[in-house]
This record gives sequence, structure tokens and C-alpha cells, in this order.
Amino acid sequence: MEPVVRIASRTVVLPADNVDTDQIIPARFLTGTRTDGLGDSLFADWRRDGAGELRPDFPLNRPEAQGARILVAGANFGCGSSREHAPWALTDYGFAAVVSPSIADIFKGNAVRNGLVPVEIAPSAHRELLARPGTEIVIDVEAGTVSLPDGGSARFELPPFARRCLLTGRGPLDFLLEREPAILRYEQGHDDVAAAR
Amino acid sequence: MTAESPRTLFDKIWDAHEAVPAGPDHPAVIYVDTHLIHEVTSPQAFALLRERGLRVRRPDRTWATVDHSIPTRFVEGRPAFLNRATRNQVETLERNCEEHGIPLYRMGDPGQGIVHVIGPELGLTQPGRTIVCGDSHTSTHGAFGAWAFGIGTTEVAQVLATQCLLQERPRTLGIEISGRLGAGVSAKDLILGVIRRFGVAAGRGHVIEYRGAAVRALDMEARLTLCNMSIEAGARAGLIAPDETTFEYLEGKEHVPSGDGFADLVARWSRLPTDEDAAFDRLLSFDAGSLEPMVTWGTNPGMSCGISEAVPAPADAGERAALDYMGIEAGRPLLGRPADVVFIGSCTNARISDLRAAARVLAGRRTNPATQLLVVPGSAKVRRQAEAEGLDEVFRSAGAEWRAPGCSMCIAMNGDRLSPKELAVSTSNRNFEGRQGPGGRTVLASPVTAAASALAGAVADPRPFLQD
Repeated sequence: MEPVVRIASRTVVLPADNVDTDQIIPARFLTGTRTDGLGDSLFADWRRDGAGELRPDFPLNRPEAQGARILVAGANFGCGSSREHAPWALTDYGFAAVVSPSIADIFKGNAVRNGLVPVEIAPSAHRELLARPGTEIVIDVEAGTVSLPDGGSARFELPPFARRCLLTGRGPLDFLLEREPAILRYEQGHDDVAAAR
Repeated sequence: MTAESPRTLFDKIWDAHEAVPAGPDHPAVIYVDTHLIHEVTSPQAFALLRERGLRVRRPDRTWATVDHSIPTRFVEGRPAFLNRATRNQVETLERNCEEHGIPLYRMGDPGQGIVHVIGPELGLTQPGRTIVCGDSHTSTHGAFGAWAFGIGTTEVAQVLATQCLLQERPRTLGIEISGRLGAGVSAKDLILGVIRRFGVAAGRGHVIEYRGAAVRALDMEARLTLCNMSIEAGARAGLIAPDETTFEYLEGKEHVPSGDGFADLVARWSRLPTDEDAAFDRLLSFDAGSLEPMVTWGTNPGMSCGISEAVPAPADAGERAALDYMGIEAGRPLLGRPADVVFIGSCTNARISDLRAAARVLAGRRTNPATQLLVVPGSAKVRRQAEAEGLDEVFRSAGAEWRAPGCSMCIAMNGDRLSPKELAVSTSNRNFEGRQGPGGRTVLASPVTAAASALAGAVADPRPFLQD
């Protein structure tokens, strides 16, 4: 995982609320055993029609959206299935951050562990971004700020550990592996855990 | 011991599983008692282990099954895999389990089934445990008073390697459910009613505890249905305090000790329920008595109404788009809307009690010839039990297809799926766009409502079929 410190990009706006992970990547694309190559299946049934042709009116397909790395989405983004294929598809497509008034719990954690920045901002700031698709903004992960089209900025919170994961590119697995002695002590101190061994 | 401050059920489980408490710069390290894995969300986790040169720390705390992408049909005695990719996922899991010494319930094995159906059946799901799986419906196991939640694949790798996860402490949400469910109204209708009332994001950041007389009155399988759809209310986990109903269900299960061992466990489990004065971060209340059978009309599980109620006028652009996708008009009930397919299955509603309820509606009747009825038992054990009771004959005689256990048309990865614009009345948990096949339309309902709809060939009220 590469460290993510600052993202400067145009936005793509997908205003619908409650975008579920079945929309982000439909289940029929989950039959692989790898984490890469899923970008083409991102929003597959919204991006393409029944014949597989790109729908020109879908926000991601518009010419001005090409190369944009920040997705501005509606509330409760990423609800539903726990499939990590959702952030895998978003990052493989080229997105580095999702900005929403609220992001679903499992998706948020999955995003952080894949270097995709989950940015939850106040509804008023979100409305500004919704109203100005394609605007150039800067997400500062260290400061926890998003620049807004009117020149102001909005704050977003991340748990300190999640922020550090993003900034350093080091995930929780390393942290847990370093806690092996404590984990072993826990196991030894819990009869039922030890007994199962 | 000095008097402790009152705690909720969730608080007690959390406290007992902190291998490392939270620090200023890291969340708590939570020990996982039981890890369930399946073929779709585990291959990349094993690949990560291999890449890092890591082993599975506790194969004795890990159980695997195949369910998501496996076929439910056999051709000439061989499973009819959709394609090479789905077969490869199953074979990959077989190799990974063999390499790491993880017990695996393969297709055709008497213990195989949907991961959230077999956990309770085998007695792996026990009160007070932490249970995780790379599947959001892991919330199901909370019915036993376990803290059970869905995780991503990177987390699957973490649990495989360390048996632990880093967790930010969730807030607690008590949902007090009063009243009694009416005839023909089930736990499925109850959870759909709760989600409609409080919304699909109500539980975000929270663990739900379902409480109250209406919850106590539910049997274990109904409680599993209720907790199953906690994730559809936005919560990673939903719990119910263990009680006599729980203990009775668990006694004699394969992985539950017997005799004195069981008595000791019951004594421990009995201390788990939320203390009288414990505070929840949030409390909501709901009256189950006013519910009728529920059906969804839109593209998320909060978009539902009572079976005799008119579909509400859209409140926003999202609801308008949902009605448009579903081809449904607001202002009149869904009753009578033709159904191409009826699906009875999934981790929500494919247990023996669900099949019995559906069979009661279907017994001695024939489904509408225009409607395909698919009955997919949740596990091999459910299938055997149903066959022992003659339910398979009831289904077949009614015109249904009786399949092998798996997730099937709930997630539509295995070829069991809708064609564009087809409408299914489904006992599954998600009515998202395309969930049951690209362009397919899903009406979520209970097993009896689904069965009645198969007979009518259209969305139907089950209650007339339930009068003796």
C-alpha cells in the first residue's frame, strides 16, 4: 500500500444516496481470486448498457470526468455487502478518495486498508461539492481538510490509527503481528481459548 | 469483587475480548473466537499470507464452507458450475484449507451449507463469542448473544494470521420491541418494519441489541432472521441476549460440550444479558403488534410497506429512481403484481422453520404455471430434515424446484439469476438493483408471503392461505 498524504484532483459527482457495494461492483464479478484488474467492473451496470456499451450520460463516462481521482458520492455510500472488491475496483479504476456526508462502516474500513481515503464532510460542504462537478479540490489527509470551490475548506475526521495507516502505507497487519506476545498472553489467560487449542 | 458498573451485553463481550486495550494512537486489539470463511472472500487473504510468509495461527478456530458461488443443480451427478472461475474459487479454498489444516465442509458433505446457517447448526455459534466472517450477514450469529460481524478480505488475512482484529469501539443501540406478531407475520416482516421505520443507515457506527417481549417470544431461527438483516439497518452487528430458548437450542450440538461442561457454560452465558441499569448510547422502540406482512417496493430494504398498503408516493429522487427501476407505480398496493420467480432461500430465510412455514402454504396446492418457484435449503442438514419430513415432496408437488444448499439467487453468482426486468418475490435480504441478476427486480418478503405469491403468480397476502 502506497502512502497517501495529499490528493489534488477534479471531482466526479454521483449524487445518489445509499449506493451499495452491489452497484460499486456487481456480484458476478467476484468470481476471481486476485485483487487487481477490477476497475473495468466498477459500477458495471450503471456505466454500461445491456449490450456492454458505455452510457454517455453516466457521470464517470463524461469526457470531463476522465482522470478524476476524487468521487463525490451521496450519503451512506458503500452500504450492503462487505466485499473488499468495492475499494479494489475503485482504486483500480483510479480513484484515491470518496467524499460523502456518511460512509458505511465496513466499506470505510476496507477503504482505509487499501489506501482509498474515506472523507466524511458536513452536509453543507457536501452540497457545495455536489453543485460543482468537476471542480478541482485538494484533500489533505494529514490536516484532515478538503478545499471547497468557494475558497473555504471543510474538515473531516479519521481515527488516528486510520490516518496513520494512510499516511505511512502501513496497514493493521503489521501492527497486529508486532503484538504477538500480548495475543499469546491473552490466549494463555483464557481457559476456553487455550482449551480449544 | 467490588460492585461493577452496569454493562450491556455488548460491553461484556467487548471487555472479555480485549487482547490489547485501545491506546492513544491505536484502537483495541480484539480476539476472535470463531472465524468462518468461504470461497469468495478468502482467496486473496490466503494469497496475502503466502506473500508475507505467514501461517494460519489458529486453524482450530477457523471453519470453512462453500456457499456463495457453488451450483445448486447437479447434472449427471456432478455439480453444474457456472464457469471455470467459480469452480476455481472452490478448488482454491480446498487447497488453502488443506495447506493450513482448516476443516472444510465441501459440496455434498453432510455439514455443508450457507456459512450463517451451519454456524448455529454445528454449535460453533455460542453466546459471548466473537465471530467474524468475510460476509456482511455475519450479524446473523448475534441471535445467540455473540458479537458477530462481517469483515473485508484484508481483515480475513489479519484474523488468519493473528486471530485478532483492530476495532474502534462501536456505540450501542437498544431497540425495544413490544407487542406480539400477528398471524402470518414473521421475524422477516419485523426486521423489514424496523428498517422501514428507522432507515437503512440507522445503525451506522452502532451494535444493535434487540430487546423486549416481542424478541423474547421469538424462537432461535426467527431471532437469526432478525439479526441477519441488522446490516440492512446499517449496523455491522445485532445481538439478542441469550436465554432459555438459546440454551435449549444449543444443548447437544456437535461443538457444544455436554453434561457438566454444558451446565458450566449455561451458568456463564446466564451472566451475559445487559444489566438492568446499563445505558445504551441510543434507544429506539418499536411496536410489533401493528405489523402486517411486509413487502419491499424499491431498491433498498428500507423501501417497504405492508402488503395491503398502497406504495407510498416517492419522497425524493432516489425513491423515484427506485420505482422507475422496479416498474412500480405509487398509490396502490403491490398485491397482484405478477411475479416471474419466487425464491425461497438465503441466510435470512432458508432454515427448517422457514421451509415448514412455506410448505404449510403450498401443501396440496399448485403454483401458478407462469411463476418459477425455487426452494434452496440453507444447508445439507436443513435439506435432510426437510426430506425426512416430506417437505421436498410438498414443494415438488406444488411445482417447485428443490435444490442443493447454497446462497443461490440471493447473490446470483452461481447462475441462479433473474433476466432483465423479471420480478422475484424473494425471502433473501437485499433488493438492490441487479442483486438477483442484471436488471432483475426483487421484492423482499417472508417465506409465507413468497409461497403465497408462487401460488397466485403475483405478490399475494399469505394470511388467507394460513386459515385452517
